[in-house]
Order: sequence, then C-alpha cells, then structure tokens
Amino acid sequence: MTTVAPPLPYRVADTWAETADTWSIELVPVGEQLPSFAPGQFAMIYAFGVGEIPVSASGLRGRHGALVHTVRAVGAVSTALCRLRQGDTVGLSGPYGTGWDLRAAVGHDVLVIAGGIGLAPLRPVVHEVLDRPADYGSLTVLVGTRTPADMVYRDEIESWRGPARVEVTVDRPGPAWRGAVGVVTSLLDRLDLRPERTCALVCGPEVMIRHTARDLLVRGLVARRVQVSLERNMRCATGHCGHCQLGPLLLCRDGPVVSYDRVAPLLLVREL
Amino acid sequence: MSTDADVNASAPAGTDGLVMGKDGMAALVDVLIGRGFTVIGPTVRDGAIVLAELGSADELPYGWGVELEAGRYRLRERSDGAAFANSAGPQSWKSFLHPSRVREWSADRAKGQLVFEADHAPPPRYAFLGVRPCDLRAIAIQDRVLTGGAHRDPVYAGRRSGALLIAVECTEPGATCFCVSMNAGPAAGPGYDLVMTEVVDDDGHRFWIRGGSQEGAEILAELPGRPADPRTREAARAGVTAAADHMGRTMPEADLRELMAGTLDAPRWDDVAGRCLTCGNCTMVCPTCFCTTTEDVTDLTGDHAERWRLWDSCFDLDFSQLHGGPVRSSSRSRYRQWMTHKLGTWYDQFGSSGCVGCGRCIVWCPVGIDITEEAAALHDWAATTGSPDDSPDPDLPHGDGPP
Repeated sequence: MTTVAPPLPYRVADTWAETADTWSIELVPVGEQLPSFAPGQFAMIYAFGVGEIPVSASGLRGRHGALVHTVRAVGAVSTALCRLRQGDTVGLSGPYGTGWDLRAAVGHDVLVIAGGIGLAPLRPVVHEVLDRPADYGSLTVLVGTRTPADMVYRDEIESWRGPARVEVTVDRPGPAWRGAVGVVTSLLDRLDLRPERTCALVCGPEVMIRHTARDLLVRGLVARRVQVSLERNMRCATGHCGHCQLGPLLLCRDGPVVSYDRVAPLLLVREL
Repeated sequence: MSTDADVNASAPAGTDGLVMGKDGMAALVDVLIGRGFTVIGPTVRDGAIVLAELGSADELPYGWGVELEAGRYRLRERSDGAAFANSAGPQSWKSFLHPSRVREWSADRAKGQLVFEADHAPPPRYAFLGVRPCDLRAIAIQDRVLTGGAHRDPVYAGRRSGALLIAVECTEPGATCFCVSMNAGPAAGPGYDLVMTEVVDDDGHRFWIRGGSQEGAEILAELPGRPADPRTREAARAGVTAAADHMGRTMPEADLRELMAGTLDAPRWDDVAGRCLTCGNCTMVCPTCFCTTTEDVTDLTGDHAERWRLWDSCFDLDFSQLHGGPVRSSSRSRYRQWMTHKLGTWYDQFGSSGCVGCGRCIVWCPVGIDITEEAAALHDWAATTGSPDDSPDPDLPHGDGPP
C-alpha cells in the first residue's frame, strides 16, 4: 500500500447534551466498520474540512455497532463535533492506543477515579465490571467535577449506585448541592481500601492524575496497579508524527493508558 | 542505456568491484535514467550543494568543496576536481522519502454524505547518487521509525521500497562532522545497492565502485571500468581511514541515553535557551527528524476538503498544544525535548540513537548552537554534581516484587 487510507464515514445516529459544553455522539458505520474498540482506546474523529482530534470511546455497545464518543467543546474541531446533528457524517479511524488493562484487574477490587470528562474513557470500564461482577471484586467510582452542572452522565451515574459504590465531589457547589466539596482525592479518605487487592484506573487532567496516583501509593497501592490515561497532542495516532511524546513514550502508541510505575518519574519533570 | 561497446568494456563485476573514471560516472547516471529512475544527487545551486534531479553526471559538483562551522556554510573551489568531497549539504534524502508536504486524501460532501478518496499518485522511483554513510544510517533510522512498527507510513514505504541507494564513502569530513562518535561513518554501513569511494591522486581521478545488492550488481555490470587494482583499493581505504581521524567534532564518551535521562534539570538548559531562537532549522535539516502535522483545508465551494501532511518541528509552540495551552511553552523545554529525544529517548522508542553525526544542525543553526558542545556541557555538569534524576523520589514506593 502506498496511499494513506482515509477515515471511514460514520453517520451520527444520535447526539445529546451531557452539559452546557459537552455532547455525546452516537456513531454508526455508513459502510465498512472499524475493528471493535477496547475500553480506553481512542478514535481519530474528523470533522469535515475542520480537522481531526483523538477521542476515547465512551460507549462501545450502542445499537448496530454504534460507538459513543463524548466531546467537550474547547477547540475548533471539538466545537464542530459538538454541533453535529443526527444524520451528519464524520470520518473515523481507529481503534488506537493501549486501552485499560482489565485483565490485570480481574480478581481485584476496581477503583475508578475520574476528573471531569475523564469519566468518558472510564465509562466502558464501569459497564464491563457491572456486566461481569463475578470476575471482579468490589467496584468503586469516584468522580470530581468543577460544578454540579459540569457532571457528565449524571443519570447513569445514579444507576450505578447499588452494584457500585459511587462518590461525587465538586470544586464549586451551588446552593442545591448536598454532596461532597473538594478535590477528588479527598474522597479516598472515606474508603476502606484493600490496597493489596485493588486495581485503580485514573483519568482526568494531568495535575489531578498526578495527585491521585501519589495519594493512592501513600495508601498502599503499588504503582503497577495504578493505571492512568494521559493526554498529549496527537496528530497521527500511529507513532509517526512525534507530537504525543512524554519522554521515552509515544502516548498514541505506548498509551494513552499506562501503568503509573512507568510514568511516575516523567510526571515530576516540568514541561516534559 | 548501455551499448554493446560499454558492455564489452566492462570487466566482470566481482566482489572487488570496478574502478572507473568520470566517464563511468557519466555512464552510471545514463544507465539509471535508462532504467527509469529519477536520479537525485548533489549539485551546486544558490551558493550551496543541494540535492536535485540530475539529467547527467556533468551536474555533479566536480571541483567544489565546502567550509563548515557552527552557523556557517560556504562553497569553496577545489583544485582536485573531486565530486563528493563536500560534506553534508543543507538537505537530506528525507526530502524525497518523507516529503515536507504530502496530500494524504480528500473528502467531498454530496447530498449531506461524506465520500473519502485516497491520493493515488504513484511514488517516483528514485536513484539516490552520493548517499553519505551518515545519511545511509539516517535512512535506516527513518525506516525503523516510519515502517518498523505496528503501523507503516505508506507514503514513506512506497517511496523507499523503490529507491536505489548509491553510497559514497566519506573522505572529506567537515569541521562540524562527528559520525565517528555516532558509529555512522565515514565507511559505509549496510543498506546500499552500490557503494563508491572517490580517489584523486597521482594515478588520476577515479571511483572504486562495488555492488551491494542484486540490482546494484546488475547496474555495475553495465558500467565501463576496469577490475579494482590494489593501489586504488588501498588509496580508497586510506582516505576513509584518514577521514575518521579528522572529524571536526566529537560527542563526549558517555552513554548518551543515560546522560540525557539524568540531566533533565541541568542549568545548562537555561543557558542554551538563552541562545536558541526556536526557529526549528535544526529539525528541518536533520536527516532523521520525522515529525509532521496535519492541515485540513476546504476549497471555496465548501464541499471539497483535503488532508495534507506537513513537516513539523518540536520547536514550534503549537507542537505540544493542548486545550489548556502548550505543554512545552518555554524555549528551554523545547530545546531539551529535541536534544533528549535525538540522543536519548529515541533509543526507548525506536531502538537506536536518532543522531548520525552529520553536523547539519550545527551548521544551519543561525546562532551556531552545537549539539556536541551542549552534550559535553551536560556531561561535565553530571560529572560534577551527580545526576539528581537518578535518586528515587522519596514519596514513591518503587516496585512490588516480581510480577
């Protein structure tokens, strides 16, 4: 092959607002279908004429082979994706990246920790663990958001309570907020962790990941059982464009999910 | 194309190859063109020796040398008429194998649907004449980066698979060269189809040419020449050996990967950041730098869009742009990214160094920043202070026994 394969056309089957600036988009293949995505893997989504961005799949089991992606409007492409309507077409390629190592979590308590839209790539993990309770120990989901209005998957999170322990905290509460206030790591204080039997999966802003991972280690988890999903500029998703480097890692190829023991020293270096 | 007379004049191409004169070089270019190759080689243009398409061997830079220093490049006339005694020019072969601008595909919007179309332009079939050993190594490195992993870059792979590499061993390194330090020259490593060593002495101006592949041997059989004689072979080997002894620069004798990993907080990065203009010239002239970005454009109808891929540079502020701003906003961090990648983390990513010691980054830096001088300064700093990055973070419990 001497030509670059274009993305595959996917049709927007449905789209709904998660928050004021964040939308979920359900995509179905127009013709040929991409290989199936594992939890934590990402697609490159192309908005016609505007550009392409990496977005982790937030739902893998939609109708008719549909994938769900959740996008916050922060730049030109993500804004274009948030403006899509039912019936529009985008270009999709993937799946890319490592995804969460759920085999490592089998037989362990699963601790999911998300900051803001970082819950999106973790949502398929929650689905997987809820689907196969016999394969895993307890499931705990900790979510931190800026304000109550910034919370994604609000109704669905409520439905997880029962089979899972769910705790939510916000940075800035409104008058109606009755829940916890503060950074997501403060929720760890309330847990009876069994550190030697726990596998933690963390996604959010890098500063949140850094603090959360270190707190988990202080609580006795080993770095190898803490998985983090990291973000960098990604242009090609195939290890050829160089943008997504974090020291020795090409995060599109070696990540976005990496075990914390590989990246802990790297995250301590400013502007690496 | 070769004629019967040419073939009759040719000696059998044994492993020792042929010795040929300028007429042989002329015949080589003709044979290559006759075989359908686009021949790319060095030629003089715009006050520099550039790589361009050659219509004949007359366009080779016979009688031109160069003077190189940090931030300085000048052509110099040579009395010996040598064609390849002029070190690395501003370009490298990546300009042809990994072009600076490529259309990847296009998309059209019709009745609300998107239709994608791949770009089907067939790649040219190149013959590269005059590939220096450092550049031969650089091509091998780009092969690993762009075709050695789970994903192959089809643009590079298509151009590379058809390319014929005619190496020329280095007998005239420049003042900025350090290929010996990087184990990338001045003798040619593997990977060539043909290899030449140029000799100019009392016995005349000649090229000792050997085959390195089936196709190379076939071409060799079409060239006029005589069996390689011991005097020419010895003169050629002596020239290459002497070249190794007068490299203008050296890298510090150290494990450069460890040195880079251990000096991420060295104050030297502030020093070089004070000089670096973050212009990205070093990345453009580097024969192994491969970074690209994408550009999506639409035409005036708004219904036709194209995806283009362009060279990019880690010195560019946008390179590490995320929604919150660039990860590497300071010039300190961007120079550090380039140098630590080139000399250090490249090993982790692709199994070798990313530097071949060609010296282009030193020559074409407008302020004369010298990667060997920077490495030496880091080495000195590490030797006097110990490397703080070697000490484990006290807050981080390390390891949990065997997996």
